Formats: sequence, structure tokens, C-alpha cells
Amino acid sequence: MTNVLKTNELGKQYGHKWALRHCTLSIPKSKVVGLVGPNGAGKTTLLQLAVGLLSPTTGTIDVLGGRPAENPSQLGRIGFVAQDTPTYARLSIVKHLQMGAWLNPNWDSKFADQRIDDLGLDRRQRAGSLSGGQRAQLALTLALAKRPELLLLDEPVASLDPLASREFLQTLMEVVEERDVTVVLSSHLVADLERVCDYLIVLAASKVQLSGDVENLLESHWRISGPRRDARDLPSNQHVIEESHTDKQSTFLIRTTQPIHDPAWKIAAVTVDDLVLAYMKNARDVEHQPLSTLREVS
Amino acid sequence: MIEFQLDSTSGVATYLQLVQQVHQALQLGLLEPGDQLPTALQTVAKLAINPNTVHKAYRDLEREGLVKARPGQGTFVVKSLPRTDPATQTRFLNSMIKWLRDASAAGLGPDDIEAIYRTAERNMFVEGVA
Repeated sequence: MTNVLKTNELGKQYGHKWALRHCTLSIPKSKVVGLVGPNGAGKTTLLQLAVGLLSPTTGTIDVLGGRPAENPSQLGRIGFVAQDTPTYARLSIVKHLQMGAWLNPNWDSKFADQRIDDLGLDRRQRAGSLSGGQRAQLALTLALAKRPELLLLDEPVASLDPLASREFLQTLMEVVEERDVTVVLSSHLVADLERVCDYLIVLAASKVQLSGDVENLLESHWRISGPRRDARDLPSNQHVIEESHTDKQSTFLIRTTQPIHDPAWKIAAVTVDDLVLAYMKNARDVEHQPLSTLREVS
Repeated sequence: MIEFQLDSTSGVATYLQLVQQVHQALQLGLLEPGDQLPTALQTVAKLAINPNTVHKAYRDLEREGLVKARPGQGTFVVKSLPRTDPATQTRFLNSMIKWLRDASAAGLGPDDIEAIYRTAERNMFVEGVA
């Protein structure tokens, strides 16, 4: 499988603080990728590194086989919608479209015009007077009319009401069905992305905690509960992600590709939400552990 | 033509919900051979779900021999849902009743039995795909 985005030990430091660190990941072609993590996890930093708005402090990043923003044609193959879907408030919709056409050699004006019609927008209207949902749709239209091979959306639905959010994702999924495009959407809310993503990356504490095909992830994680037991007594193929105990009962969220044979366990499937929360919690706990305990663990 | 709905609280995978809705429509006679299923584009535009989810559901239905994709036209129903032979159903029902009696005689309660059934079903599924 070809990767459209690949990072190796990528890091970005601001002063003493690392916004992203030891980030090694790859994004396969034609996926809809959910980039999920708490606020401040490094999602925006990663996306801005991918479009060349930032340059790395350490490590490498490769986008569509080249360095981010190494030349105009490379930039032309990437669509990026920054957080809060920025547009030019004083420019009309038609001016936005004209500007898109001037700046992008592959501009698809037929698509852009059709979308604006479908959205029922008045071309003479200034972007500043659009609703949040309309502005998001305009920003998405501009990004899509470039006919990008890779589309990066930073928190695209965070500020939208539920209806506008649904409409935004409907548009996006139509385009995914019609074209061969890889999409990366970041969000701190899993519910936003669960329906649309087939690939998941959990970023927390400035590192990748989990990455893979949603289907594979759901088939390899289970929640098991039964009589109290120590995590060390589980079979070696069962990797514990999360555990909780009472005096009599133990519950684990485990990763395993093997069948679970022990009849003492009650076994339940997990949701994407469960996974994201478990891995995020894991990352936070490791981050806050005193160093002595960390050494003990490793 | 049928229209898909999603129940996001059911815990059933989205593609499986689509498959089940086609099964139900076939059983109820809402879909008959020759009828077209909604296109992937129509479905994703309505439900805002990943197109691969729809493709996966349609591939499953095609593997079951219920529908067939015609390139450039869409996916069409080719067969009504085959009903299980009543004699086969009775045979498995009887062996299940015997199994339940044995389990009960061994002191297992309904919850134990359900847990065993779920474990067996899940293990078979995991082994089946591995």
C-alpha cells in the first residue's frame, strides 16, 4: 500500500516545549483518516508541518513523495482547511472563486460553481456575512476545487452546529466516493468522526498512541471482565491497555489477535470511542507518572 | 427503492446494519429480484458515512448471492432471501434443546449458558477471519 504521508521521529519544539515529539506514522492512500487527540496533543502542529506552514525541529516528513511545500506543484496537490475554516471576510463568494482559479492550475471551476449552487449561496454575498456552516462549506469548496490528492482538515466540524456538521460530512463523503482522495480530519471529539473514518490515529502527549485501520482495531481489542486477576497473569498474547479492579472483579481492555478461550471472562466488543479514550488515558497516566515508576514499567 | 437508516446506539457495525436492512427488506418483499439498491453515492450523501462501509455491505450481499453489481449502472437484487429448510431448522432446534438440558443438568444457569454461547460465537468468528 502506498503512503501519502510519512513521518519519522518528527518533532516540533517551541522554546522548551515540544508540541510534537517522536512522531512516526504513515497514512495510506485513499483512506479517510481520523486524527484524534486531546487539545494540545499536537494535531494542528502535525497538519501545519504537513503543508509546510511549519518546519520540523527534528525528524523528517514526506508528503506525496516530496518535502512539504517544496514547490508550487506539490502544494497544488494538497488541500488544507485550517481551524475555524478561515475565509476573507470582506471578499464576496465570487471573488473567492476567482482567486482560487488564479492561484491553482488545476482549478475545477465547474465543480466550484456547482457546489455553490447546491448550497444555495448568493455569489455576491461577502464571506463575513455567511453563517459558520456556510463559511465551512465555502472553505471546503475552495479546497476541493483544487482537486487535491490529499485533503487536510483541521477540526473542520468543531465549531459547527449538528446540522451544519452533518451537511459538511455529507459533502465530504460524496467527494470521497467520486474521486480518489485521501482525507485527514483532526478532532478532539470521536463522535464527529466515527461514521466517516476508516483509519484512526490517536495522538496524545505529543506522540502517536494508536494507528491503524478502524476495522482491524475493532477486531483486535476487547473488553473482558471476570473474577479479580492480576494483569501479569493474562496470556502473553493479551496486551493490557486499560484495567480496573474491585476487591472481587477485574475488567481489562486488551489488544489481542488470538481467540480468548478463558470461560471465566465476559467478553464485549469495543467501540472507536472506547479505544480512543483508553489510549488517551494511557498516554496521560504515563506522562504523569513519577520517573521511578516509569523505569519500573520499562 | 429502499432507504437506509442508521441506529447509532445499537452497537451494531454500520455495514452490518446496511446488510441487515437489505435482508429485512427481502424478507418483507420490499425488495425483489430486479430492484436496484441505493447507490453508494446516494447512501453516503444521506448518512454521511464512509463510502467503503457501503461497498463492504454490498460486497457481503453479493457474496451471499443476493445482489449483483452491474458496472456503471448500480447494484441490483438478483435473488429473494433463501429461506432455511424447515427440517434443518427443526434438527438444530432439537439438538440445541438437548444441549440446554445437559447444561442445565450440569448446574449451569441462563447467564452461564449465554456467556458460553457468546464466547463460542465470538471465538468461531475470530478464528474464521484469522
